[in-house]
Amino acid sequence: MVQASSVEIRKVNKFYGPFQALTDIDLSIPPGKVTCLIGPSGSGKSTLLRCINFLEEYDSGEVLIDGQMIGYDAPGKKMSGRKLREMRRGIGMVFQQFNLWPHMTAQENVAEGLIRVRGLPKAEAASRAAEALRKVGLADRMANHPARLSGGQQQRVAIARAIAMEPKLMLFDEPTSALDPELVGEVLTVMKTLASEGMTMVVVTHEMGFAAHVADQVAFMEAGELVAVDAPSRILHQPEDARIQSFLRTYHERNAF
Amino acid sequence: MFSIPTFLESFGPLAMAARFTLLVSGLGIALGLVIGALVCACALSKSRGLRRFAAIWVSFLRGVPLLVQLLLMYYLLPVVGISIPALAAAVITVGICASAYISEIWRGAIGALPPGQSEAAEAIGMAPGTIWTRIVLPQAVVMSLPALVNELILLVKASSLVSMVGIMEVTRASQAQAATTFRPLEVYLAAACIYLAINLCLAGIGRWLEHKAAV
Repeated sequence: MVQASSVEIRKVNKFYGPFQALTDIDLSIPPGKVTCLIGPSGSGKSTLLRCINFLEEYDSGEVLIDGQMIGYDAPGKKMSGRKLREMRRGIGMVFQQFNLWPHMTAQENVAEGLIRVRGLPKAEAASRAAEALRKVGLADRMANHPARLSGGQQQRVAIARAIAMEPKLMLFDEPTSALDPELVGEVLTVMKTLASEGMTMVVVTHEMGFAAHVADQVAFMEAGELVAVDAPSRILHQPEDARIQSFLRTYHERNAF
Repeated sequence: MFSIPTFLESFGPLAMAARFTLLVSGLGIALGLVIGALVCACALSKSRGLRRFAAIWVSFLRGVPLLVQLLLMYYLLPVVGISIPALAAAVITVGICASAYISEIWRGAIGALPPGQSEAAEAIGMAPGTIWTRIVLPQAVVMSLPALVNELILLVKASSLVSMVGIMEVTRASQAQAATTFRPLEVYLAAACIYLAINLCLAGIGRWLEHKAAV
């Protein structure tokens, strides 16, 4: 059982110039649970996710990780870079485009943070990186550069890179959206394993199957607003809100053949 | 008639002069790389003043011909009471001119990196300095190699301009040689061969480096 963080999002607003990307978002993410963020493109799901590790700066409201606000010491007063980095160490992130470092091998990608951020000796970092890569089923691909790996393998390296840092919270930003359909399964399998180990996970996804079977709660967003948060079955099978019904209809039509 | 002996004999004095061509372009590019890195850092800095400075630096030095810059430097330094050898003045001018192009090459390479590259590092709590040295620069330097080699070759050719301020490099030496032998065709052909040889070597070294850096 990993130590798991909770996240408390309160009245978060985010503007890009005059455009309001997030409006008064309130969301509780309980420790050890999987929360899926769903909704149409441009609804603010990724923006909200990126506010949780402050890659995206929210303009007002609070994002609390285990009760501590990230990004600001007090409302309007930015936190020091050092303190922010300290908080980010406990938060792993997996990106849609993998964002592996192409000049390093799979093992080096995973070891880099252990060496440069955690300050581990190289040998120990290498063996922990190997351990993390074994966990995602890539023991035999450690010496490969990202260009020599399939999309699914690259994304699994990216997951290994995040979990090697021993985070207490994992953020997934559409982790399977850039993958060919036949490669989606291997990534979702790794994510299910993580979920079963009690990791707190926040997942922006279009994989309704994953949301239905793995999520503990599903949050539906549209036009920068959080429309509903509920158990997956309630959101996906008996949605009350017309916006959710319309979104799911589009989703089912696209997947029907 | 084309005189093969004169052609061959020209190589001796021209090769001696090639030392200055190599010196001016070699030191010029070294200086250009250092100043270019600093100017590039200014161009990417958060300070509006530094960015403005970099923009002015680049647009002036790219907008004024190197020959005019050399002459300006040559006549300006004595006026402001600085007396340095013509060779040093030439190297500095070439270096400063190259820095404008090199800083743009690096700015382009760094800008071409997907933002996700440093975001992935930020997300695990990596410090900004480490992100630069471990993630951004290694990739930017490799990406900029072809453009840097190109710039170096341009610089070797542009170094012929320093003959105007009295440096006896390949071009000036061949003018002198042509005047004494009355055989300009042979002499300038030899000069062409020397420039070509230098630049083919540079291109070869560049390709070797690119090959080595490729994953």
